[in-house]
Amino acid sequence: MSAFLALLARDAHVARRNFVPLMLQTMLQPMLFVFVFGQVMTRSGMMTPGYEDFLLPGIMAITMMMTGIQAVAMPLISEFQFTKEIEDRLLAPVNIQWLAVEKIVAGMLQTAVAGCVVAPAAYLLISGGAGASLKRPVEAVVMALLVALLSSAVGLLMGCSVGQTQIGLLFSLVLAPMIMFGCAYYPWSALASFPIVQKLVLLNPLVYASEGLRGVLTPHVEHMPVWVVMLVLALMDALIVAAGLNQFMKKAVG
Amino acid sequence: MAAGAGIRTVNLCKVYTSPPPAASGAATLTLGPQRGPGLRNKKVEIQALAGLSLEVRPGEIFGLLGPNGAGKSTTAGILTTRIRPTSGEAWVGDYEVWRDQVKAKRLIGVVQQRPNLDFSLTAREILQFHAAYFGIGKAERNKLSSELLERFQLTDRADELVRGYSGGMMQRVAIARAMMHHPRVLFLDEPSTGLDPQTRLLLWEIIREYNAEGTTILLTTHNMEEADALCGRIAIIDHGKMIALGTPAELKASIPGGYLLRARLSLGADEAAGRLRNEAGVSEVQVTGGRLDIYADRGGALVGLLVSAASACGAELLDLEISEPSLENLFLHHTGRSLRQ
Ligand SMILES: Nc1ncnc2c1ncn2[C@@H]1O[C@H](COP(=O)(O)OP(=O)(O)O)[C@@H](O)[C@H]1O
Ligand SMILES: [Mg+2]
Repeated sequence: MSAFLALLARDAHVARRNFVPLMLQTMLQPMLFVFVFGQVMTRSGMMTPGYEDFLLPGIMAITMMMTGIQAVAMPLISEFQFTKEIEDRLLAPVNIQWLAVEKIVAGMLQTAVAGCVVAPAAYLLISGGAGASLKRPVEAVVMALLVALLSSAVGLLMGCSVGQTQIGLLFSLVLAPMIMFGCAYYPWSALASFPIVQKLVLLNPLVYASEGLRGVLTPHVEHMPVWVVMLVLALMDALIVAAGLNQFMKKAVG
Repeated sequence: MAAGAGIRTVNLCKVYTSPPPAASGAATLTLGPQRGPGLRNKKVEIQALAGLSLEVRPGEIFGLLGPNGAGKSTTAGILTTRIRPTSGEAWVGDYEVWRDQVKAKRLIGVVQQRPNLDFSLTAREILQFHAAYFGIGKAERNKLSSELLERFQLTDRADELVRGYSGGMMQRVAIARAMMHHPRVLFLDEPSTGLDPQTRLLLWEIIREYNAEGTTILLTTHNMEEADALCGRIAIIDHGKMIALGTPAELKASIPGGYLLRARLSLGADEAAGRLRNEAGVSEVQVTGGRLDIYADRGGALVGLLVSAASACGAELLDLEISEPSLENLFLHHTGRSLRQ
């Protein structure tokens, strides 16, 4: 247990040292998006008012997903590369699965921090503050935890499956479509006129993050039923954590 | 400090099923017959260890000596939980490493061949976090890290990120790190590669001192001077097998004759060899092409005989090299190849 905490302390230390660049990296894009879509487009009348209520939870979902994925995957990719920075931690006297678990926990903590920063910022930036509310705090916390776990688990899986040279591809071929087809900027129901796409995106974890956060933050807008989303998220979490751990073990031992 | 623990391997085998990573130092010189150019797209099988059994006694400095690709790093990797063996057993102290990984990890300190420092941290932080992973308390780890930084002459730059360090400095940090938690067995995989001669001497001194406190040390090297200078016993390995084992003195004494004269004749090498074999004090003569390897109990004193043997065959002595008993000669004797190549 003390080794586990020490591993966590190491990641916290490094994250604190890189706090400003890390924050900029995860915050800038969603903030720009909030400004353009939440302010410019709605005030000029190009978007109907009320769009903000769809947008706010979507932006939260993107921020949380991207934070977790990047916080876990990026360091892992480089640490497993030929610099082998991770070796010393693999030699720590704990089962090496715990190192993967620690990575997930560290990713969830960073996701939580990002969520806590982006929520009020987005709330303030969006004109009128959107119709977000926290009337169901327990559900909101459970949902946020499920999303945070999902993002870190996806990060673990990607971090152990992708090489340094493929990072560019990861962004353009995996993350970009994931964001655009993640139902973050529009509700899932908006895809009704594209039935095939609508079915296909159900494989995209971000869809459940977006719809789930809508369900708990802006329940008055259209969204998937909260309990369905929670169930799917729990399943996806379990699956992706298992796959990530498996991949980690393969990568870690020669 | 806890006494050193022993190491034992039983019939250790390792077959890699993927090609070595391009950046690996070992990849440049592979001697295994399995890797022909035609195998590029077929399934690779590299036999790195072919039944290696070793026994290292508690408290000794044991050397694994062998050329690049011999299987030294693979052996160290298996004993330190980092490479899964294909078959065989690997014991550290009372634990079979692959059955009791965590307990085995508690006993060992590891310096891998390639520097693998945590680039996000300073040297001091690297040492302190390492100690924290091993459950060492804060006051203790501050004290230990300062001591080791001083001992490795790193204090000046201890609070810089190690990213900017030279190779030699990184290597020193890696060794200090492995010592932080007082391991009972210290694994040093080619610890002095890339060190300047002065730092190498400092390292040798530190290794001896550390061993004097009781820690078992397993050192791998392709440098026979290093093995000779530091190790109580040495195993010479090649192609994943042990070819010789003993103290440096025993090993040197085991070479027939001890001295080696390598000569090149313009012609008639076989005939000259026949003549020389009958001479007193010559224990073995090997012929490869025009070259003669003469193992004998003396060196320079044989030159006269060699010259007369050559002229008796109507040949000219083109080249001659005399060397004293050494581990290099021993390796050459067993494999017909030089350790240095
Ligand atoms: N990770 C790896 N994957 C595939 N082959 C490897 C790997 N590591 C080492 N090898 C091969 O195994 C053999 C032994 O390598 P190694 O144990 O590194 O030797 P040494 O440390 O004595 O130079 C070499 O042929 C090497 O190319
Ligand atoms: Mg090696």
